[in-house]
Amino acid sequence: MPTFVYMTRCDGCGHCVDICPSDIMHIDETIRRAKNIEPNFCWECYACVKACPNHAIDVRGYADFSPMGHSVRVRREEEKGTISWKIKFRNGTEKDFVSPITTKPWGKFIPKLSEADKPNQEEINSQILYSEPNGLNTKKDLPTISKDSFKKGVYY
Amino acid sequence: MLTTNPFSVLSETVPSIAMQSLVIVMGLLVVLGTLLDIIHKKNVKYFFENAKKAKKSAKKTLTTGEKTAVVIKTITSDIATTSELGAGKRRAAHLLGMYGTILFWVGSVIMIFCYASPTSDTPLIWPIIWHMGAIMTFLGGFWFWLFLRVDVYSEAHPWYRIIKADLFVLSLLASATFGLIWSFLQSLNLNNRWYDKLFFILFVISNLVLFGGVYWSKFAHMFYKPGAAIQKNLAEADGSRDNLPPPADAPEQYGLGINREAPKHY
Repeated sequence: MPTFVYMTRCDGCGHCVDICPSDIMHIDETIRRAKNIEPNFCWECYACVKACPNHAIDVRGYADFSPMGHSVRVRREEEKGTISWKIKFRNGTEKDFVSPITTKPWGKFIPKLSEADKPNQEEINSQILYSEPNGLNTKKDLPTISKDSFKKGVYY
Repeated sequence: MLTTNPFSVLSETVPSIAMQSLVIVMGLLVVLGTLLDIIHKKNVKYFFENAKKAKKSAKKTLTTGEKTAVVIKTITSDIATTSELGAGKRRAAHLLGMYGTILFWVGSVIMIFCYASPTSDTPLIWPIIWHMGAIMTFLGGFWFWLFLRVDVYSEAHPWYRIIKADLFVLSLLASATFGLIWSFLQSLNLNNRWYDKLFFILFVISNLVLFGGVYWSKFAHMFYKPGAAIQKNLAEADGSRDNLPPPADAPEQYGLGINREAPKHY
């Protein structure tokens, strides 16, 4: 369900342009409001819907069921640390959900790989990934699977 | 310069009836342009259909008093202080431009209709209002156009890339800038040299583009935006909320939250 913008609500602040992972939210050249330039490429990630401070972005339901009056809308309140959802079903049932925001501040958890030690051959061959196990908040050894077991059905 | 009524000096060469007629024509152009825009975009039809839909999903019926309170709150907060732009540079620039433009236009109308003859004794306040309005429009407008436009700020386009959406802000800026230059040159008493006349002609042309270009520009947003703000706040008050969930009521278990960052990561 790709996103679209309510033009009366949008004030052209650029939050959605900034956050869209598919780079399809852009500013209209005639009215300087946001628009989804290529709905087919929308990942339906809702990042722009949540980021919009004016609740100006909504998702367009697929044609087979959208005329029946469903709605999925979200309100993001950073100061409270909450994401609230309202699901309106086609039969009129309404459900409200509140969840915590799990977004971290920009760049806080992006590892600085260029400053890290170069891995040796043993680490490259290991099944343990970069920053594991500390990155998973544990100091225990992680389980590994013997490489021989990979070859039962896959040959490369 | 700040205390001189430029239209009074102008009335020595241009009859005041011609100036007054031009103001009336421009007012009519705004009405015509807005009506054509409404017919073309069908936005008023959409607005009323949306209001009807919102009424159906309303959780409570608002009394006339409650509706009036919402409208007053919208006018004093959303419209008078453009609160939807949040606390920041965009809001400050918009307020400078908005109030500057209002003062500039009110000053123009009063001086053209009441004090536009060579013998007029214009109260000092009106030329000051006109000049201050033009200066505020100039500052707020250029601040927005050079630094805060989303094209520059979020889309990383150069400041000199001009698009159709710039028609309103650029013609408004041209009107304020040429008006100020014309008034300044006129105050120098250049003994009938052409400088001030050139900038007066540019001032008139920029006003014609500004008021005559309503259909193609964003001029009419100053009529639509207040309407949309009222509808949004009425929908919050009656519980329909455009299908949005209600504000979270138990946030304390989720900690302090995070700060919204300005869009600058393109």
